[in-house]
Amino acid sequence: MTYLAKPKLHHPKLPTNALGYTRRDYEGAISTLCAGCGHDSISAAIIQACFELDLPPHRIAKLSGIGCSSKTPTYFLGNSHGFNSVHGRMPSVLTGANLANRDLIYLGVSGDGDSASIGLGQFAHVMRRGVNMTYIVENNGVYGLTKGQFSATSDKGSKSKRGVVNADEAIDLAALAMQLGATYVARSFSGDKAQLVPLIKGALLHPGAALLDVISPCVAFNNHTGSTKSYDYVREHNEAVNYLDVITLHKEITTEYSPGELQEVRQHDGSILRLRKLHEGYDASDRIAAMNFLQESKAEGEIATGLLFVEEDPADLHAASNTVATPLNALETADLVPGAGALAKINAGLR
Amino acid sequence: MKRIEALNDFVIKFANVNGSGSASANTLFAKSILRMGVPVSPRNIFPSNIQGLPTWYEVRVTADGYLGRRGGCDFMVAMNPQTWDKDVAEIEPGGYLFYDSSRPMPASKFREDINVIGMPLTEIVNSHYTDARQRQLFKNIIYVGALSALLEVDPEVIKQLIAEQYKGKEQLLPPNYEALQMGRDYALKHLDCPVGLRVQAADAVGERIFAEGNNAAALGAIYGGATVCAWYPITPSSSLAEAFIKHCKKFRTDPDGKAKYAIVQAEDELASIGMVIGAAWNGARAFTATSGPGISLMQEFLGLAYFAEIPAVLFDVQRAGPSTGMPTRTQQSDVLSCAYASHGDTKHVLLFPDDPHECFQFGADAFDLADRLQTPVFVMLDLDIGMNERLCKPFQWDDNRELDRGKVMTAEMLDQAKEFGRYLDVDGDGIPYRTYPGTHPTKGSYFTRGTSRDRYAKYTEDGAAYTDNMQRLLRKFETAKDLVPKPLTRAAQHGTRFGVLYYGSTSPAMDEALDQLTESGLHVDAMRVRAFPFCDEVADFISAHDDVFVVEQNRDAQLRTLIINELAADPAKLTPVLHYDGTPITARFIAGEIAQNLKALNVTPIRVVAGKN
Repeated sequence: MTYLAKPKLHHPKLPTNALGYTRRDYEGAISTLCAGCGHDSISAAIIQACFELDLPPHRIAKLSGIGCSSKTPTYFLGNSHGFNSVHGRMPSVLTGANLANRDLIYLGVSGDGDSASIGLGQFAHVMRRGVNMTYIVENNGVYGLTKGQFSATSDKGSKSKRGVVNADEAIDLAALAMQLGATYVARSFSGDKAQLVPLIKGALLHPGAALLDVISPCVAFNNHTGSTKSYDYVREHNEAVNYLDVITLHKEITTEYSPGELQEVRQHDGSILRLRKLHEGYDASDRIAAMNFLQESKAEGEIATGLLFVEEDPADLHAASNTVATPLNALETADLVPGAGALAKINAGLR
Repeated sequence: MKRIEALNDFVIKFANVNGSGSASANTLFAKSILRMGVPVSPRNIFPSNIQGLPTWYEVRVTADGYLGRRGGCDFMVAMNPQTWDKDVAEIEPGGYLFYDSSRPMPASKFREDINVIGMPLTEIVNSHYTDARQRQLFKNIIYVGALSALLEVDPEVIKQLIAEQYKGKEQLLPPNYEALQMGRDYALKHLDCPVGLRVQAADAVGERIFAEGNNAAALGAIYGGATVCAWYPITPSSSLAEAFIKHCKKFRTDPDGKAKYAIVQAEDELASIGMVIGAAWNGARAFTATSGPGISLMQEFLGLAYFAEIPAVLFDVQRAGPSTGMPTRTQQSDVLSCAYASHGDTKHVLLFPDDPHECFQFGADAFDLADRLQTPVFVMLDLDIGMNERLCKPFQWDDNRELDRGKVMTAEMLDQAKEFGRYLDVDGDGIPYRTYPGTHPTKGSYFTRGTSRDRYAKYTEDGAAYTDNMQRLLRKFETAKDLVPKPLTRAAQHGTRFGVLYYGSTSPAMDEALDQLTESGLHVDAMRVRAFPFCDEVADFISAHDDVFVVEQNRDAQLRTLIINELAADPAKLTPVLHYDGTPITARFIAGEIAQNLKALNVTPIRVVAGKN
């Protein structure tokens, strides 16, 4: 962290995107997290992804729960509305917000304690409802703000900074999301920006429930030998299944790949998710195979990363609710109030 | 033997088995009397059970229009062998017992001081119907037919109601008419008709409607412009959310079949209120319906909504607590848990409707209030008004009324404004301006949080900024006093130093109790509290009297506690009158308690002589 405020002036030749915004326009307040925190890298990746996708910052709503991860929405997208809600309950607040205005992009930011411990119930239900959102779990396997207690994603056998060995089974949020019907499930590592940025872009464009489980080491309480969420451990055990390119409509496809290495998923808005396979035979469109693969790689002690699963034609909660195209928050008196005449008929029926 | 003689003024009670299809027949009976222009007040007394346990339906026929529960029973329709002894014991001396005499009962099972009317219902249905379900359902219609003869209820009115009920399913009419006639014919031929209790057509109902509070509140939410409902099933509030679903399908479906609403049955009450808060933060009108246990679960979120200043509407249909308590029995026992919901310093706006008419009105008003005040608003129903049909004034709506969305800044307003501070008290009423997410590319965005912040929504743990904000929230609560429904006063016929405060579903019993007290020469001014924060009139009322009774349906005198706490009223002045056994409060109880207290205070009854007042 730094106490030095960023200068307001910037170089006149900073690159701009299609909206004329520079990367700086997607930044937020200065982070108050520890120097080297994985979460700051994720914030930077979110900024990069939104900038590259030319998203108007004010059309994104960022919501979070409580904890170190949930503080981060202050540190990116300063021109977006943000909501730092209740511990473990961001999914319900995001669901309600999404129902009120289907036209915004919803970015939920949470942590492993927030999503897997106190918030596991809401995590599960937001996935099964298929809320159109990007849900990023900044997963460090530890409670940072309360100084180093295990969270529910801590691996069995992982050692805490105080030397305690975790006896409880870890919850794999990516596996859970897949089982519960999420339509875009990815895992990544905060230390691998090249992998992470496209995965966030893909999630932001995905018109359904997108989960990103991002392992994000806690430099203060979970980066020691014996921890399975340290930078070193994750680097050693990271097994990427694919590499993602997100190709939006107006960007030309330039890279050439030999056939068979590529898997393309065309999304509803016309964008293409192009997956370069790193793991032989991995099919990101096969939910059951992906679930099996996750279990197998876990048994081998590997951390499978990449776009684990994506459904080409996802449906969301608004589709299930059959809601009108106009955002509900834009409906006015004439749209909503049946009036005195209708009430007179109701009264007549109650006599 | 003496027999009770009464015209248009008696209590009839149906003792049935839950799930036997008796409910629609009993409602038919009650409504037919209403259609004859005679007020009735029915109540379901039911167990927390779907099938098999005893259930009662009590109908008070009341020429005077007293809609509270009277207590006692003049005519018992004893259709449940499980509760026979209790049901027989409950009949007033000289009252009537109507029972199924298909199987002989020993003489010891009867009482000598009541009139026994046996009718072999099972025999009759068995000889006419072969299907078991038909036997069950038509048995109910047959006893309605018999009652129409015994009590002189107009059979044509009953037939008319059956026709309305089966509109579009006309093939069901002849068998129902036949069963009705079968019951009538048997009674007229074999029983002594009419008994001493009779119904005679009158003109005492007028334009009033017969509605359930939950249904009315749901309709209020429609008229209040609610578009998002998140709820978790809990008795006695479930029928409110379900009524909203029904009304939405009717009134909020686009011509192309699309929904102008979104309803989510959440995984629990925490998620329900979370969704409501998320939707309201994002500019949709949102509500949840719940009961006491749900309110308990929502506490943390309610503190957030108060502090982060997010409108939210909660319909709390109260039941007997604590814990699961008596889920199908009524109480007013969530007053304190709602008024001060959550940790830290919080206060919330409560509305207390007294009947379905006000459930509709307050149900709609709550959304304007929540948006105007940017805070949660609780509409405090209870099982007695929520789940029973009650005669009330028709629902009213002014077509000129627009939804009041409160202080919301648009993109144009932001461009013109000097500055935007989410928690700036620009107008001095404690209510700041807000923006919906997505309004403007560069102006008006802010961060909503439960942690403390300054007037510009910037995070701070500075004590001065924190207290500044908490003080403003108090100012906002002061502003609320001028916006919530004012209390209603009923002055005694004779000047008095005694007053009584009451609220919600106690209302009809209180009206009757006041008449009874007046009749016995005891004069008490009455005030019905309709909202919290308390309007100044409440404090004035207390000051204007030496002693004030506070009538409530809970054990701990919760409204009294709130009054003492908020108005610094002298506890010695406020005498609690408390009824909390889960049954609706009665006029007999209230008048009895107040009379006893007044007697202890040596009050001499002053009877007002006609023409001398």
